[in-house]
Amino acid sequence: MDELAPVHSIGVPTPLVDGPEKVSGRALFAADFVAVDALVGRIKRSAVAHARIVSIDTAKAARLPGVMSVVTGADCPHTFGVLPIAMNEYPLARERVRYRGEPVAAVAAIDVQTAQRALDLIEVRYEELPAYFEPAPARASGAVQLHAERPGNIERDVHFEIGDVPAGFAAAALVREATYHCAEVCQVQSEPHAAVAEYDAIRDRMTVRPSTQVPYYVHLMLSRILGMEKSRIRVVKPHIGGGFGCRTETLNIELIAALLARKARGTVRIVASREETFITHRGRPDQSVKLKIGMANDGRITAVECETVQRGGAYSGYGIVTILYAGSLLFAIYDLQNVKYDGYRVLTNTPPNGAFRGHGTVNVRFAFESLVDAMARELALDPVAVRRANLIKTMGLTANDLLVNSYGLAECIDKVETASGWKTRRGKLGPNRGLGFACSHYVSGASRPKHWTGEPHATINLKVDFDGSITVLTGAAEIGQGSSTVLTQCVAEVLGIDMGRLRLVASDSAITPKDNGSYSSRVTYMVGNAAIAAARNLKSVLTAAAARKLGVKPEDVECLGEVYRAGAQDKGLTFDEVVMAALEGTGTITVKGTFETLPESHGGKKYRGAAIGGTMAFSYAALAVEVFVDPDTAEVKVEKVWVAHDCGKALNPLAVEGQVQGSVWMGMGQALSEGTQYHEGLPVTANMLDYRVPTIVESPPMEVHIVEAADPHGPFGAKEAGEGSLSGFIPALANAIYDAIGVRVTELPVTPDKLLPLMEKAAKDRAKAVRS
Amino acid sequence: MKSLISLTVNGRARDDAVAGNLLLVDYLREIAGLTGTKIGCDGGECGACTVLIDGRPRHACLTLAATCHGRAVETIEGLEQGGRLSAIQRGFHEKLGAQCGFCTPGMVMAAEGLLRADPRPDEAAIRAGMAANICRCTGYIKIIEAVQAAAAELSHG
Repeated sequence: MDELAPVHSIGVPTPLVDGPEKVSGRALFAADFVAVDALVGRIKRSAVAHARIVSIDTAKAARLPGVMSVVTGADCPHTFGVLPIAMNEYPLARERVRYRGEPVAAVAAIDVQTAQRALDLIEVRYEELPAYFEPAPARASGAVQLHAERPGNIERDVHFEIGDVPAGFAAAALVREATYHCAEVCQVQSEPHAAVAEYDAIRDRMTVRPSTQVPYYVHLMLSRILGMEKSRIRVVKPHIGGGFGCRTETLNIELIAALLARKARGTVRIVASREETFITHRGRPDQSVKLKIGMANDGRITAVECETVQRGGAYSGYGIVTILYAGSLLFAIYDLQNVKYDGYRVLTNTPPNGAFRGHGTVNVRFAFESLVDAMARELALDPVAVRRANLIKTMGLTANDLLVNSYGLAECIDKVETASGWKTRRGKLGPNRGLGFACSHYVSGASRPKHWTGEPHATINLKVDFDGSITVLTGAAEIGQGSSTVLTQCVAEVLGIDMGRLRLVASDSAITPKDNGSYSSRVTYMVGNAAIAAARNLKSVLTAAAARKLGVKPEDVECLGEVYRAGAQDKGLTFDEVVMAALEGTGTITVKGTFETLPESHGGKKYRGAAIGGTMAFSYAALAVEVFVDPDTAEVKVEKVWVAHDCGKALNPLAVEGQVQGSVWMGMGQALSEGTQYHEGLPVTANMLDYRVPTIVESPPMEVHIVEAADPHGPFGAKEAGEGSLSGFIPALANAIYDAIGVRVTELPVTPDKLLPLMEKAAKDRAKAVRS
Repeated sequence: MKSLISLTVNGRARDDAVAGNLLLVDYLREIAGLTGTKIGCDGGECGACTVLIDGRPRHACLTLAATCHGRAVETIEGLEQGGRLSAIQRGFHEKLGAQCGFCTPGMVMAAEGLLRADPRPDEAAIRAGMAANICRCTGYIKIIEAVQAAAAELSHG
């Protein structure tokens, strides 16, 4: 009995609770629901980039034997979209198409061949309109508007000036300006989009299994699009093959599947091809960033001016939020007082962009950390020292009213500086080799949900029954990030029991409490806190029951996880006995825990949309990257990465490492090889050969350092771990390239065809300088 | 026009009538009901459909089912023995070589093929042997560690 002690789960490297399903092939993803009677759903897509739809003739397709339903825009007059203020997309185009590949019709048939033949029989006549594939022509005067309510094809322009920017520049010893350009990138999550919609015609009920990060938003949009009561809809999230943001809004795939299923009065499965998944898109926009920074002689930044333009694609999606984040998250990493921002989100005839990991911050961070590096060198300052000179000194609100309550950036910088040998190795790596440095940050959940309802941010239910098992019921969408594991850990830790006693059921609207979904790195912070609250509530119920049984006061009960006792001499009650005592007179126990954000974390009011960026806590990261640049081929090889990430408290250090490695690596893809291309709006890189995701061959070794600057309100002090270190990689790489070969890259991705001309020009300039 | 094929799938004999254009991956998923093998791309780009044919890793999305007549096909569902995960599966689970898990069956089968051919691969051999498989979650670091752990366990077992 001396060994009795609560079991710890927090801080212990823990394999995923759903890992055995994943490694055994038993995990069912949306496309894996193979039902004998399921129909095959297929989508006919627009062949033109911008046109008025003159007519759609589906008569021949509908007559084809084996076709069970055909739907077009005429079947659904309702719009959808993730932002209540910007729902301007139809599941199937009505009157107009605005990008190549936009769905115009869909069929459900008994097999793939019949479905494909039916699509070929659908005749669509278009009257083409001028199409705009870049922001400038879309914004030009006289351009045809994509949407009646968006004059000038501007989705949103954001302007703010905080502090005294002219005075800041006047106080600077050095002012520099540069323009950066980042190609559009796509999430390319492993699983192509899929959805299974099952319509119960007898009861008029709809069950949908979508590949989504946000089952609750899908539920809302299904109700809106189908015109069905929410209570008649059930959304069950299957296993999800990644998301990285493209599934943080309802996609037309799941809506079309439901429309087809209802019309066919049956079950329809749509499995998108990889090409269709690229076209559905919701990636990071093509973006230009014009940045001007003023710096004092000691490296302190005195003023910042940023003007940025995002090519948003044909529909609103998250666009307003993306362009707001790009401005607001200039703050909360360094002590900036004087900042002017002008952001433009432009509508173009390309697939709609969305929220990609590091939403809104990544391209601006690339520009910022690149220019800071260049200016540090010009002032003969150590780029690392310049970051230190700009650290935030006091906790509280930033100049744009974002709450910074915990701040481990200084420690991240120290760790990476030491580990990478920054002071001793830099400049001594040999020709064409270099070291670069950068920092980044990200939110731990958006403090104001998009659909504000007055409910708590997160709710967890725990069910305890006669068998002594605990079922954790959560709406939090496990998408591979490990949310189900971390929530199980939180409950187990509070109760002091082994995780084996717990089962977790996630994201089934018929069973689990509602959750807003997996986006903006909100789950660990918000749902983790709700899990802790629920477990504490359960613990007090169990403690009270044990007290009754033991004939003592609740405060005299000692909870040792598997044993509840009244003092060290007491044999105590086993967990099962305590549960049975708790069930007496009440039956099966369900307790709840919730989480609310603090009002002071809701962002500011200094400009329209200033709430975006508001969060309970920021994560921080510092990165050093070592590169070799081949002088003949201009290929950039990443030799090694050192990263330190401040996640407050690593609840599951194994998963934190995995998240940091994955996000840094994803930054490497954007930096070196990834970028979409279009020919007059036709995607020409919509496959995994032309869109180059890094393979295992070119992926570098990485040293991950976990920094734990505990957040006062985080679950056990934790904050975000899966996004913040992505954006730092890109400028760290660019700065390493400069360190290696003296060439400053300003365009992403840094492919040899872009880098080689810069290297040749630099060689010519050097030769000229030698001659003169 | 369908033809009759006889093959073994995970050691069990099957006879099926298959169309000449039926891909092995669709045969496994839609006819045999073995949905562990995934489709992640439009043909030969991602490796999620990797299975073993006569012991060698192959893309099931680039293989016609009809060409598997007389062959032994192994999929992710065939690796567990007596209710125990294989060493490679345990490696991927314990080292977090799987995050979302979608590329995992293909990764595990590629690793299985690799370790059968080369039981003690060095890191370069692991990278080369897994180069046809794309993972979007891990940055591959923990995948390499998973394969290394499995190789160590197998060579000591």
